[in-house]
Amino acid sequence: MLTLQCPYCGVHAEETELHAEGEAHLKRFGPGSTDDEFETYLFMRENPKGVHFERWRHSNGCGKFFHAARSTTTLEVFGTYPAQTLEPPKDIKDKISAKYPGWRWREFS
Amino acid sequence: MRRYSAFAIAREAARFHTGWERAWRSPEPKKKYDVIIVGAGGHGLATAFYLGKNFGITNVAIIEKGWLGGGNTGRNTTIIRSNYLQDPSAALYEKARSLYETMSQDLNYNVMFSPRGVIMLAQTEHEVRGYQRTAHANALQGVQTEFIGPERVKELVPIINIDGPRYPVLGGLWQERGGTGRHDAVAWGYARACSDMGMDIIQKCEVIGVRSEGGTVKGVDTTKGPIDCDKLGLVVAGNSGDLANMAGFRLPMESVALQALVSEPIKPCMDVVVMANTVHGYMSQSDKGEMVIGGGTDGFNNYTQRGSFHHIEETVRALCETFPMVSRLKMLRQWGGIVDVTGDRSPVIGKTPLGNCFINAGWGTGGFKAIPGGGWATAELIAKGEPGPLCAEFGMERFIEGRFIDESVAAGVAH
Repeated sequence: MLTLQCPYCGVHAEETELHAEGEAHLKRFGPGSTDDEFETYLFMRENPKGVHFERWRHSNGCGKFFHAARSTTTLEVFGTYPAQTLEPPKDIKDKISAKYPGWRWREFS
Repeated sequence: MRRYSAFAIAREAARFHTGWERAWRSPEPKKKYDVIIVGAGGHGLATAFYLGKNFGITNVAIIEKGWLGGGNTGRNTTIIRSNYLQDPSAALYEKARSLYETMSQDLNYNVMFSPRGVIMLAQTEHEVRGYQRTAHANALQGVQTEFIGPERVKELVPIINIDGPRYPVLGGLWQERGGTGRHDAVAWGYARACSDMGMDIIQKCEVIGVRSEGGTVKGVDTTKGPIDCDKLGLVVAGNSGDLANMAGFRLPMESVALQALVSEPIKPCMDVVVMANTVHGYMSQSDKGEMVIGGGTDGFNNYTQRGSFHHIEETVRALCETFPMVSRLKMLRQWGGIVDVTGDRSPVIGKTPLGNCFINAGWGTGGFKAIPGGGWATAELIAKGEPGPLCAEFGMERFIEGRFIDESVAAGVAH
């Protein structure tokens, strides 16, 4: 069973306590944007085999949104971090690089 | 290819079954094909079959990284139905359902299509209204369905508890001509027919790159070396995102795990398929007597072909409520498949940003029922280079144009 540590309340929450909320670090587009930008924001998704960054919500806990770095092929969790950031923290990226050198996810590597 | 028949069985019985030939060849890849289909699952093989049958294109290779029919085609709960709300979906799924009716004869391979009937239970007032609306829509689309009351449900499914404490059965959407089929046989039957037409089915051959020149596809790199092609069809379900990555474009899809399980075999107790979407579980009885049970998807991206345990618990809990006898059943096996889910829960059949590269993907939790229809439409798309009437609305451009085929709620399927 998938277990993620909530970066806010510190609880090691198992899956039933959490809600998956889709891809992390989406760039949002508002009024005045092009059709392509809207399509990318609303529908196009990273769907990697390997390292992935996601939003989760500690829905049956503190209720807050956070981010997680995870592998979609092994289900290992590289770490979780608060949602108030535009990119994954360096220590998590380093941890992924140590295990999967040369990984890429959108503009991050 | 020697035809299968009662006479063939008698002949082989008389000579100790020494004369059966292999159902399909396993050739080494040639340097070049007119069309390469990536993915020898139901949709991939059906696409190749109709390319040959409807358009006479037989210089075709079907490339498969594992064994044919080993992905979602061999992992689903084999339900066949076409009671969709939206017109494009109803047309596509009804085409598929009607092709299933004659598939055993068309392929000379018994796919054990069993039109036993499918009920989708209405267990809330919203579902009652929703399914009545679907029944009316189906009447206009020429798909034969009927909204039935709880007494009729009980008559069709004696083991059901229509007075459940949480969600009593208020009625159901009944499609008498829906049913089940033998999932492996569908893949095997198409494979045998394709091989007979001279197509090459290349198993244990993984695509590791897509080669293109000036925005047009030239071929694929595989674990068995490079293979050239004029046209490329990507028909790989859960792995579509990965393959699209190699081809250099993105898809409006995410891959998640969908689970199913079967019970120990028991005596015949239910001769229809029952789907209970509010409590989230569906069940039918296989010819071996096992209760075949379908569950839900996990909420997170996953390529591991195994899902979360708590979803099985939820599914079984729902079924215990709806079918009290399930509580006494032992479960035999449980497994997961990776399905690619789109934003509007409808598939994508269409052109891609790469020239001469076509895609059939995004079937999400309901690809098996659509195999012959999806193959038919994709074959037309690849042969003509433009989508035909069956898949005209299913192109990827619908996401940018806002022309969704929204079955996420309408299909009544618990995704």
